[in-house]
This record gives sequence, C-alpha cells and structure tokens, in this order.
Amino acid sequence: MPTSAISFDSRMSDPFTTIDQFIKGLLIGLGLDAAVTDIVLNIVGAVVLGSVVGAVAILLIWAERKLLARIQDRIGPNRVGPYGLLQTVADALKLITKEVLIPKGADRYVFIMAPMVVVAGVIGLWAVMPLAPGLIGSDINVGLLYIIAIGAIGTLGIIMAGLSSNNKYALLGAFRTVAQMLSYTVPLILALLIPVMLAGSMGMSTIVEAQGSVWFIFLAPLAALIFFISSMAEVGRAPFDLTEAESEIVAGYHIEYSGMAFGMFFVGEFIHAYTISALFTVIFLGGWQGPGVESFPLIGFFYFILKTSVMYFVVIWVRGTFPRIRIDQMNAFNWKFITPLALVVFMVTAILDKLVIEAGFNRTAVHLAANALIVLGTFFLLRAHAASLRRRLEVTDRPQVQQPEAASD
Amino acid sequence: MTVPQIIFLATAAVTLIAALMVVTVPRLVHAGLWLILALGGIAVLFILLENGFLAVVQVAIYIDAIAILIIIAVMLTRAVMSDTDPQINRMWLASALASLIIMAGLLVIVSQAPDASRGPLVDAEVGLDALGRALVDVDGFILPFEVASVLLVAALVGSIMVAMTPTRGD
Repeated sequence: MPTSAISFDSRMSDPFTTIDQFIKGLLIGLGLDAAVTDIVLNIVGAVVLGSVVGAVAILLIWAERKLLARIQDRIGPNRVGPYGLLQTVADALKLITKEVLIPKGADRYVFIMAPMVVVAGVIGLWAVMPLAPGLIGSDINVGLLYIIAIGAIGTLGIIMAGLSSNNKYALLGAFRTVAQMLSYTVPLILALLIPVMLAGSMGMSTIVEAQGSVWFIFLAPLAALIFFISSMAEVGRAPFDLTEAESEIVAGYHIEYSGMAFGMFFVGEFIHAYTISALFTVIFLGGWQGPGVESFPLIGFFYFILKTSVMYFVVIWVRGTFPRIRIDQMNAFNWKFITPLALVVFMVTAILDKLVIEAGFNRTAVHLAANALIVLGTFFLLRAHAASLRRRLEVTDRPQVQQPEAASD
Repeated sequence: MTVPQIIFLATAAVTLIAALMVVTVPRLVHAGLWLILALGGIAVLFILLENGFLAVVQVAIYIDAIAILIIIAVMLTRAVMSDTDPQINRMWLASALASLIIMAGLLVIVSQAPDASRGPLVDAEVGLDALGRALVDVDGFILPFEVASVLLVAALVGSIMVAMTPTRGD
C-alpha cells in the first residue's frame, strides 16, 4: 500500500496535525488533564468540521443555481455580489428573519426537531470522511456501515416532519420519501459491498489506500453506477424528486415549514448531494489519491475536493437533464431492475475476485470484462422484454381500434 | 469522577428516562420516537465499551430498521395522529409477568459477567474478524446463521402472500 510508505516526518508537515499539537500543548499548559484535553479537542474538531460543511452549503447553493441556470439557458443569480456570489447569503438572512410558523394542531416539539435531525444526519456522515492522508474525523474500522446507519437517520427526520405537520400533503410526501429511501437502500448497500470486498475492509481510510494503483471505478463500474443512482434516490433530487413534486403534492414533507426551519431542509438537501459526491469520490475515485500525495499530504485534500466537485457537477447535470419519474416507475426501476442487477454484480464480483487472486490473472482486466458481459446481458434481457411488451400491445390494441363509435358516445 | 464516567451516567440517565417515556406517553408515535432515543443511548453505551462495531450495528438495525418500521406500521394502521386508546388492556398481567421473567434472566446473566473494571471486553478489530469467521465456520455458527436466513425468507414470502391481491377466484 503506497500510503503506509508516508514517513512520519511528512505527516508532521501536515498543518492540521501541527494545529492539533499546538492546541493540545496550550490546553495542557493551562493545567488541564490530558484526558479532558483529548475530549475538548474532539469537540473542537467536530464543531469545526460540522461548521465548515454547513458553511460550504452557501457556496453549493450558489454553484447549483448558477449551473442549473446555464443548463436551462438562463443567467442565474447575478445581482448580489460579484457573479451573484452573495445571493445565498441574502437568502439565508431573509430566511432567518422570517418567523417559523407552527401550524395549529401540529406536534410542536417533533415539528421543530425534524429539520435538525435531517441536517444532523447529513453532517454526521462527514465524521468518517477521509479528507486527506491522516486527516479523518474518526477512522473507525466500520466506516461504511456507519455511513449507512447514520444516513438513514435523515429518513427519520423526514418521517417526523411529515407526521408532525398535521397536513395530508406533508404526510403523503413523507410516505413517498420513506418508501423511496427504504427501497433504494437495498441496491445502495449491495453496491457498497463490492468496494468492501475489493478493499477487504469497511474502514474508509483503508478503502482509499487500497485504490493506490487502480481506482475502484475501473474494477467495478457497474457497482459505481448503481451506487450513484441509488444515492441520488436517497437524496431525493431530480429525477427522484417525486417526494416533493410541486405539481402533485404541493411541496411534500416540508410544506408547513417556513423561515429557517424550511431553510434547514434546503441546506440539508444540498449538503447531502455534496456528501454523496464525496462518498463516490472516496469509494470509487480513490479519494485523496493522486500524483505527489506521498510527499505532500496536503495535496490529497485538493484532489479530494477537485474530484468531489466534478462529481457534484455530474449530480447537478443529471438534475438539470432528466425529467421527474412517477412513483410506480420509481418502484419498478428499483425492484425489477437495479436490485437484481446489483445482486448479479455482487455475486459475480465475489466469485471472480476469489478466483483471480488464486489464479493470478490481471485483476482489473477480469473485473472489467465481467462488468462488460453483465452490461451486454442486461441489454439483451431488456430488448427481449421490450419486444414481448410490444407484441402484447399489438394484440390488445386491435379491439380498441375497432370500437371508435362506442367510445364517442 | 473521570470523563467517561460522567458520559456514562448522563447517557444512562437519558436512556432510562426515554425508556420510561416509551411506556408512559399516550401517543404511539411519540412512544416510537422515545424508543429511538433509548436505543440511541444504548449505542452510546457500546461506544463507551470501545466497541464501535456493535454501536454502529445498534444504530443500523434498531434505530434505522426496527424503529422506523414501527413508526411506519403505526402510521399505516392507526388513525394516525390522535391515538388516545387506553394504555392498559386485559393482557397487562401476562406482559408484566413476561417482563419480570426477562428482567430476572438479565440480572442473573449480568451478575455472572466478568469484572467490567478490567477495561474493554474484546479488542474491536479482532472481535469483528472473529465474528465474521464464526458466522461461516462449520464448527462455528453457520447453522443458526442459515436458519435465521431461512426464517427471514419465510417472513418475506409470508408478507408477499399477505400483501398480494387475490387475482383469480377459483
């Protein structure tokens, strides 16, 4: 593994470690106990990480509005600040000054807690995100399981919002969201199992380190695609934004929210979209891996941000391009297409990886070939299915064509 | 008092209060939410025992899966928001007896546990590896593991049977 070759000295050149050591020295110098110092430092680290992620949302919202506008042939925000950069700040200030209305008959405390749970569930994911070599909130050995566990807490927040609002549209939106999130968790977890198998660990740092020579997207392109689609559905953005379809259920689970309580849902969604881009980067694009990382660990941070931003661009691109799907299409796509495909990919990868290691073939070539074969097979199956659908349509069409008079009265 | 002790006492207090609220609040949805808080407190206790794996599994299985399913079940079966049924029905004696038996069993097990002051029970890394191997080992727990998966498949098939609309009447 290349990163284990990082010498202790180059790690010390990493400014974050230096700051950590400095604050530690300062606190112990003030007469604090070493154990208490550790806990204070952990709290400081968590607060800094959480605040930075929260503050990045301001930039994200601007970038997304600007890019979406360009995709839709508009200019986008350009009045407040240079290139409209301060538009989001103005919006946030407006939201903060507005009153948070609590509807009559609403479940007061649950209603107020729901947006906080949603945002906390998203920011919590950054605790195990490897930002640069040696720079990770908590390098637990079950990082991916943590991601899945904490990621589902957002679902809880949405249920709370829908339940407590005392509004049927909110409840309908919550039902849709829960159905969507619970079903797309299945292919999501199946797709995540593949990088875990390839890296031999669930720890996020280990997964990044295992991609020193080949990124996992080349070993498991199908798993990457399945992960990308199902995490888009987890976020609930277009084309999976039927949970807040304005034309059908007004606004979904956050219909009764106003002011910053609504803003929290908004911020949560944008951070979540950025978080799945970061997760994709870490799991499939090698995280902070790149040329020159071994001598200067800080470059890894820029690689990480660069790759994540590229992925975020793709997320916005998809949002600006695809139409919203219907709820039956959402369910059918998940249970009849993505989940079986993920199962097949999972089993093929598991068997092949074991054989490849024993036989000593080129790992990348074998996995790429297997993925290509699965794609081909999927296409043939889809074609056969479409042909049979067309045949059935032709049979059922004829009697309908012959009864124009019955239909006219 | 050391810092972990303070955290332990605070977590234990929150967990106990939440558990008490689960059985005393009148509305079922609230009971479900308090249950989530109580289970989250137990996850924190696992972290204090330095076993991150069990903590994450606790969150994944109990909070995500079971608690959310309870809430969804409540939402789908009741007149959702305003549940004011009496909290005690005629089975209260039997359930109290069952809880007492379970509590007695737990007390016996806990009293026989090795001295907890020796620090973390198992090294988390080794424990996880051994757990994975034991589940697929012929000498280990492969039979209970497979039986559990058969049980889950049976539950899956059963739920499909319940949910399926009868298409033909014959």
